[in-house]
Amino acid sequence: MEIVPQILVSGLAAGGVYGLVALGFVLIYKATSILNLATGEFMTLGAFICLSIMTQTSAPFYVSLLVTLGFAALLGVIIERIILRPLIGEPIISVIMVTIGLAAILRGMTHIIWSPEYRSFPQIFPPEPLDLGFAIVPSGLLWGFIFAMICTIVFTGIFRYTRTGLAMRATASNQQAALSMGISVKGVFALSWSFAAITAAIGGIIVGNISGISIHVGHIGLKVLSVIIIGGLDSIIGAIVGGFVIGILENFAGVFLDPYLGGGTKEVVPFIVLVIIIMIRPYGMFGKAIIERV
Amino acid sequence: MRCGDFKESYLHDEEIFQSLWVKCWLYGFILILAVLPLFAGAYALHVANLVGIAIIGAVGLNILTGCTGQISLGHAAFIGVGGYATAILITRVGMPFWFALPIAGFISAAVGMVIGIPSLRVKGLYLCIATLAAQFILDWVFVHWEFMTHGIRGINVPPPSLGGVVFDTERSFYYITLVFVILSVGFGRNLLRTRWGRAFVAIRDRDLAAEMMGINLFRYKLISFAISSFFAGIAGGLLVSFFKVVTPEHFPFGMSIQYLAMIIVGGLGSILGSILGAAFMTLVPELLNVLTSSAKDWFPSVGQMFMPMKDVVFGVLIVCFLVFEPHGLAAIWQRIKNFFALWPFSY
Repeated sequence: MEIVPQILVSGLAAGGVYGLVALGFVLIYKATSILNLATGEFMTLGAFICLSIMTQTSAPFYVSLLVTLGFAALLGVIIERIILRPLIGEPIISVIMVTIGLAAILRGMTHIIWSPEYRSFPQIFPPEPLDLGFAIVPSGLLWGFIFAMICTIVFTGIFRYTRTGLAMRATASNQQAALSMGISVKGVFALSWSFAAITAAIGGIIVGNISGISIHVGHIGLKVLSVIIIGGLDSIIGAIVGGFVIGILENFAGVFLDPYLGGGTKEVVPFIVLVIIIMIRPYGMFGKAIIERV
Repeated sequence: MRCGDFKESYLHDEEIFQSLWVKCWLYGFILILAVLPLFAGAYALHVANLVGIAIIGAVGLNILTGCTGQISLGHAAFIGVGGYATAILITRVGMPFWFALPIAGFISAAVGMVIGIPSLRVKGLYLCIATLAAQFILDWVFVHWEFMTHGIRGINVPPPSLGGVVFDTERSFYYITLVFVILSVGFGRNLLRTRWGRAFVAIRDRDLAAEMMGINLFRYKLISFAISSFFAGIAGGLLVSFFKVVTPEHFPFGMSIQYLAMIIVGGLGSILGSILGAAFMTLVPELLNVLTSSAKDWFPSVGQMFMPMKDVVFGVLIVCFLVFEPHGLAAIWQRIKNFFALWPFSY
């Protein structure tokens, strides 16, 4: 079975991106208890903005990346302020639906501004694939993985070791207490949304680099739901580990199950895993177990 | 409240028709709907059929999501199960449409109950994600279970017929839709006054309290899933018979969202809301379609803008209703009625 290490490596590389996008979900969920179903659209938007800046102004990649991240952060704050804040304390269906509505708006806008056809990203990373001896990693996946890992470490670091991160954690664990200790809970909400928008934008750029950009990049946003369910909705470590698990699982499924089931298993296996996890361990591997018996 | 409208018994309070007037209005309205095909064109009837099918689906979803509080992001998949079951029963088994449709409804209800099993353990966000997963899994089954569903090529469905009359035009199919809409709205409206309906609302409002009062949560949640999927199955069967073909593209994830949008825009937990919401969310894209095609003469590029414009309008509608009018069109309607009930001396 010389194919197994290759699958493992591809899975790990894809999992890095999933983990990064899942981080965006977790950041928002921890701070505000909202599941942002518009994450996929954030990704698409980020990728398109970055692409436009690069092609229109021929700015180098890192400059356009920084500008994109600025845009993403701003977008996150604006959306939190005008759409999510009026809904604080509303039932869960309203909050879920409002992010879905937001997704529809963003998708439509992206479609109007940038037409729906496929584009490829300009060459950013060196094209040589990395030969590990037992497996070959395509350059897009390799750099995507490295990038995703750097971002994950940076965000985890911010969350763990800075005052801002402390404020975010405090808000996550108890909003009332955080408020009374002088933490601006609204500020934390806005910050979480902009962080999530940034992680999504980076995820979008990486995916765009690997497989080209179209308005369908956002589909990954829904697949990542299975990542956060596996890891636990409120666990950063869970998001990263879950990303790897799903990445590896879907690659294995793509190779071993596709011949029997007629293709497309890569898209459906994450959801089957999701259902199984929800049935046996809804709070995931690392999530906080809230047990309520009714 | 209207002057002189006193309730003297609970039975009276629970009546569907609160006064003779309401009854007359309703029969008048049904009469108008029944003679509508004599005046309306083919396009209007096409839209009317779509509205009717959407109403059936929306009533079903409203029973599950609005009344029982179990959010389902997989309604389109249940509609799909009903559609495929109808198509397969008609073409493979050779059953007439009139038997295939209810059986498809029951098959859909059975699938809905299976999907509803996670509701034993999880609720809220997690259930919502589980139903979303069900949507994608069923989508995949529609595409890849070629033996039954013929994959992306789809199945051609012959139009229903009854005693020599073939319902193959918008005009004739309109009557089938109308009958099923009246049946399902009547059923839904009555269901909410029964023990089941009250149990659903109790579960939505506080599941713990409901369990304390002797409502078997799991049983009633499953019943709710089954009823909702039954409605979805009927809507799906009608949809494929109306389009005369069934392919996996008829039941995308976006359709699930559209149904949720219908009941939110219309009003959660209200049958009237489902009707208004279904009509509204079906008519708005059609209106937009008419507008863009008439604007094409002046702005030729506007034609390709239709799809994304639809997305944007759809999203804006959801967000605006959630932020400004969470109780939906039904609440607006109620407010208008109250205003005119005492007009012009409201104080």
